[in-house]
Amino acid sequence: MKIMNCPLNGPRNISEFVWGGEVSIMPDPKSVSDLEWGEYCFIENNTAGVVREWWCHVPTSYWFIAERNTVTDEIVRTYPAGEIFNKRVEFAKQSEDKK
Amino acid sequence: MLPAFVPSGLFRYGFSKKYPARRHFPAPKDLKSTYDVVIIGGGGHALACAYYLSRYHGITNVCVLEKGYLAGGNTARNTAIVRSNYLTPEGVAFYDKSVQLYQELSQETDYNILYSERGHFTLAHTDAAMRTSRWRAEVNKQLGVNSELIYPEDIAKLCPSLNLSDKVRYPILGALYHPPGSIARHDAVAWGYARGAAEAGVEIHQQTAVTGVIVENGVVKGVQTTRGTVYANKVMQATAGSSSLVAKMAGFRLPIRTIPLQACVSVPVKPFLDQIIVSGSLHVYVSQSSRGELVMGGSTDPYSLYSTRSTLDFKEGLLGHMLELLPMLGELKVLRQWAGMADMTPDFSPIMGKTPVENYYIDSGWGTWGFKATPVCGLTMAHTIATGEPHDLIKPFNLERFVNFAQVGEKGAASVGH
Repeated sequence: MKIMNCPLNGPRNISEFVWGGEVSIMPDPKSVSDLEWGEYCFIENNTAGVVREWWCHVPTSYWFIAERNTVTDEIVRTYPAGEIFNKRVEFAKQSEDKK
Repeated sequence: MLPAFVPSGLFRYGFSKKYPARRHFPAPKDLKSTYDVVIIGGGGHALACAYYLSRYHGITNVCVLEKGYLAGGNTARNTAIVRSNYLTPEGVAFYDKSVQLYQELSQETDYNILYSERGHFTLAHTDAAMRTSRWRAEVNKQLGVNSELIYPEDIAKLCPSLNLSDKVRYPILGALYHPPGSIARHDAVAWGYARGAAEAGVEIHQQTAVTGVIVENGVVKGVQTTRGTVYANKVMQATAGSSSLVAKMAGFRLPIRTIPLQACVSVPVKPFLDQIIVSGSLHVYVSQSSRGELVMGGSTDPYSLYSTRSTLDFKEGLLGHMLELLPMLGELKVLRQWAGMADMTPDFSPIMGKTPVENYYIDSGWGTWGFKATPVCGLTMAHTIATGEPHDLIKPFNLERFVNFAQVGEKGAASVGH
């Protein structure tokens, strides 16, 4: 059994988690081109090595970030998403600006 | 000490010039500095491409570079199923051409690939799966592919081994039945192509890893390898599992995530299962090989990994469902387990053809559907390399479709949840 350390719930069986792919920063929807948006949606780094990824602890619906080695499958570190995403994205304000 | 009876006839046969031993491949020689075409990767797709280039396009100054040993990657790790009952018209046309090529392949390469037509059953356990099966059957029939939706009474006649009881967690409501569905010997497919290509002049270099791609002003000039630099007019990469890493050397990214796909076989038993049984809802597929082993696979792993390790989680999930379909397997032991690294694309279709680098071609995104496409990939990629323009059958699978939002959503692919 593989164990992942959930920042909220502590060490749990890996089967309780869902992988959400690599963390990438969303380009500004106001100024981004179609090409860049397509790349943001679909193109992957697919790095062989330590990658910063989204994971979710399903029973508690808690999304967090894990640094994992995609070659050795070692989980280096897990932490709340707030460590990276510490600024609120004001979608409502952005769509108003667009009008 | 010699045995009392020396079979001298056998010796005479063995040393006679009348019956020379036919080498599979010529002995390895030094790398040349320049080739017309360099193919990165030495799996089934690469070798098929080299075969069609050399035999049908007259391009014989071709070099195949393989990091490990021939056909030792996903060509050796699939479950050897061949079928064409896909969902999208683009996919059906493409894979059906592959089935046709497979049916003639033993003659084509003069190498017995043990092609065995079994009939392919995609079981449906839910109303949604019944609906998709009906949809697939209609698309298939429209395109001339033998495929139909059948109900439990017909399944019972065609495949008496299956547990059709309704006293299980997921009773079988019907199945998409595809009579041409087949299995083949995967190694033989690659070896047949390799021998045919080598006899036509293609050089196959194993234990030769590509470490860099030389690009000048957006045009590929050659590759760096562990045995020196090789220049080429055209380069193709066919490196399933490592596609992103090789593409990165050429300077572009792909919409691919590398995710392991695991499989296992049981100890051999007497033949009892003629058919290929697949259940998308239960994440199970199983067929019995000509050796009597049950070849079993399930869904891809739940997260990305560049590794071919096996897990207990996978086998628990797979075999739990397997016992519901074939309860008599309860006493059977697993003999071997393995995994391959699959190139998963967001729309479950391959990525083939041209790339942002001129004269650099790609054959990737082969997720869980690569083996069955081996001949048609070789045929169409050889055409693409020889003419510089993508073959009609692979035009929908171009790399730009992702940023142009023109994906080919192939929900008929194996081992993907839908």
